[in-house]
Amino acid sequence: MWWKLVLFVFMSIMIYFSFALPAPQQQIGESSRIFYYHIPQAWICVIAFAMSMFYSIRYLQKKDLKYDDMAMIAAKLGFIFCVLATVTGAMFAKVTWGMYWNWDPRQTSIFILLLIYGAYFALRGAIDIEEKRAALSAVYSIFAFVTVPFLIFIVPRMVPTLHPNDSIINSDLKFNIEGAISLVFFSSLALFTVLYIWLFNIGVRVQLLLRKQMELEDL
Amino acid sequence: MYSLKVEDVGKRFGERKVFSKINFELFTGDSIAIVGSNGSGKSTLLKVILALLTPSKGVVQYIEDQTVLSDDIFRSYISFVSPYLNLYDHLTAEENLIFFSTVAGFHVTGKEINALLEKVGLEGRGMDYVMGYSSGMKQRLKYAVALLKKPEFLFLDEPTSNLDDDGKKIVFDIVEEYRSSSIILIATNEKEEYDLAKDIVRLT
Amino acid sequence: MPKTSSGLLSRSLAVYFKDLRMELRTKNALNAILMFGVTTLTVVSFSLGQSGLSPKLLSALFWIIMFFSAMSGLAQTFIREEETGTSLILNLTAEPNSIYIGKLLFNLTLLITMTSIITPMFFIFTDAPTENILPFVVILTLGVFGLVSATTLVAAIISKASVKGALFAVVSFPILMVLLMVLVGATEKILDNNSLSSVSSEIQFLIAYVVVMTTISLLLFKFVWRE
Repeated sequence: MWWKLVLFVFMSIMIYFSFALPAPQQQIGESSRIFYYHIPQAWICVIAFAMSMFYSIRYLQKKDLKYDDMAMIAAKLGFIFCVLATVTGAMFAKVTWGMYWNWDPRQTSIFILLLIYGAYFALRGAIDIEEKRAALSAVYSIFAFVTVPFLIFIVPRMVPTLHPNDSIINSDLKFNIEGAISLVFFSSLALFTVLYIWLFNIGVRVQLLLRKQMELEDL
Repeated sequence: MYSLKVEDVGKRFGERKVFSKINFELFTGDSIAIVGSNGSGKSTLLKVILALLTPSKGVVQYIEDQTVLSDDIFRSYISFVSPYLNLYDHLTAEENLIFFSTVAGFHVTGKEINALLEKVGLEGRGMDYVMGYSSGMKQRLKYAVALLKKPEFLFLDEPTSNLDDDGKKIVFDIVEEYRSSSIILIATNEKEEYDLAKDIVRLT
Repeated sequence: MPKTSSGLLSRSLAVYFKDLRMELRTKNALNAILMFGVTTLTVVSFSLGQSGLSPKLLSALFWIIMFFSAMSGLAQTFIREEETGTSLILNLTAEPNSIYIGKLLFNLTLLITMTSIITPMFFIFTDAPTENILPFVVILTLGVFGLVSATTLVAAIISKASVKGALFAVVSFPILMVLLMVLVGATEKILDNNSLSSVSSEIQFLIAYVVVMTTISLLLFKFVWRE
């Protein structure tokens, strides 16, 4: 219980400083504060995707529905954070580049990730038998994950990017992560990760209780 | 010496339990009938035993002289006949037989094919498309496919469905022929069919 | 010891020739895929007129036609096994690798046949430049291999779902998107009269994509087929 309180207190402090400190990037100005939120969200999105794939592999190895539950919950949370990262990214793009969407390589990547999550849930919805659903969606999530390296390593190199962090054309837009800014940024990263783990655990426990209830009905 | 071990097997579809706590062990020469009313899960149990469905609980093991056999190996020992198992309609009977032997990895001669067709009473019909077969003829052809290899495990689901008296006689003869050399498992509700087996497992 | 005497290749070819023979007798999949290709091509042609289309537009249109045609036919071979109830005995008799390879070869044949009919029609209808046809064929061949290598496993997954409908395209698209982006880019360069060496990085990507997707599919297929 105590660590949830700690998370609450630190999250509040982090949110306060993310607005109280001077903006992290002078040229972009105030809107660059979104970077305290956007990057941790994108980070969780990728972490959740990797976890979902990890539990999918575990399911195929062990054929234990517990792992399917975990893969599904990680994917659900990943999807939520993916939407958040896409929305915050689009807002930032509107302010700095003048339009919400321009098929920048990063936007393309996160969009494909969103599509993968969407397809994963569409697939799950179309299969009634639990074990079948678990196995087929596990295979799909592994198969989809395999395409991600192609995305990350190949697409950004073929098209120039506008994204600040690895900007080739606008090198003056680079973020200088130093001092207090770095402290807030990395604590945001850590706090979002803890928040995600907490949400993940709640999800897993709910699923576990549902399964227990089903087993009790059997007796 | 082969054996089939079914240990504490249960299956549920979502929230619906089909059966649970099924236990038995069979050795070469044993035969068993799985009986139960409609919807009691006979076919589901067969599918679980055939490893076509993963059991929700428990294990099914195929054993050859104390060695547990892997998926691909035990499948090559099993033959299965069932009303819901279909052959290729757009192939002839002969093409079906040749396909199923090639894909299982062995060669079958024209002579063997004719002998098999004769055994199930389909002599002279080998060049016809399965599409044009009656349901009884299709059932007979399934026995021909099942006997392409000499099965160590013979699983029959409603073995005489769609068959006339001659056809039933053929099935009873096949069961007699394989009784001592294989493990036979029959899922049925017909008395004359479960009388073929030595033991009975009842599903409720 | 399993009772097998012949190798993986002959077993895979047995699956391939079985599907090919049935396809030649029914022409289900070929009709679907061809009609879809011709229909989209016609729509594109009469709505955009015939000449003066930029290489960028031509290449995008070409791969849209390819994508939707592929989506209309490449799942057929697996769906047919499920619908006719033959997947059960195939599952019991054949070992998964041979089924995957057989079906992959079948889909490849299907898409190559369809492409070799649709591509000339595309050039005729849209008046696309033909000076650079050999490099075009190279990219096209790699593209066809890419489409088939990524969608055959997805087709197997879809065939096991109870609601199939438009699921095949929905589930395939995220996996194909990178491939399509690269293909559209490379085809654009080629139609713009660039040499094959100008797309060498795309060619490397395409080869890597085909190899990776086929290998992973082969590893994963048994989990789809044996559930």
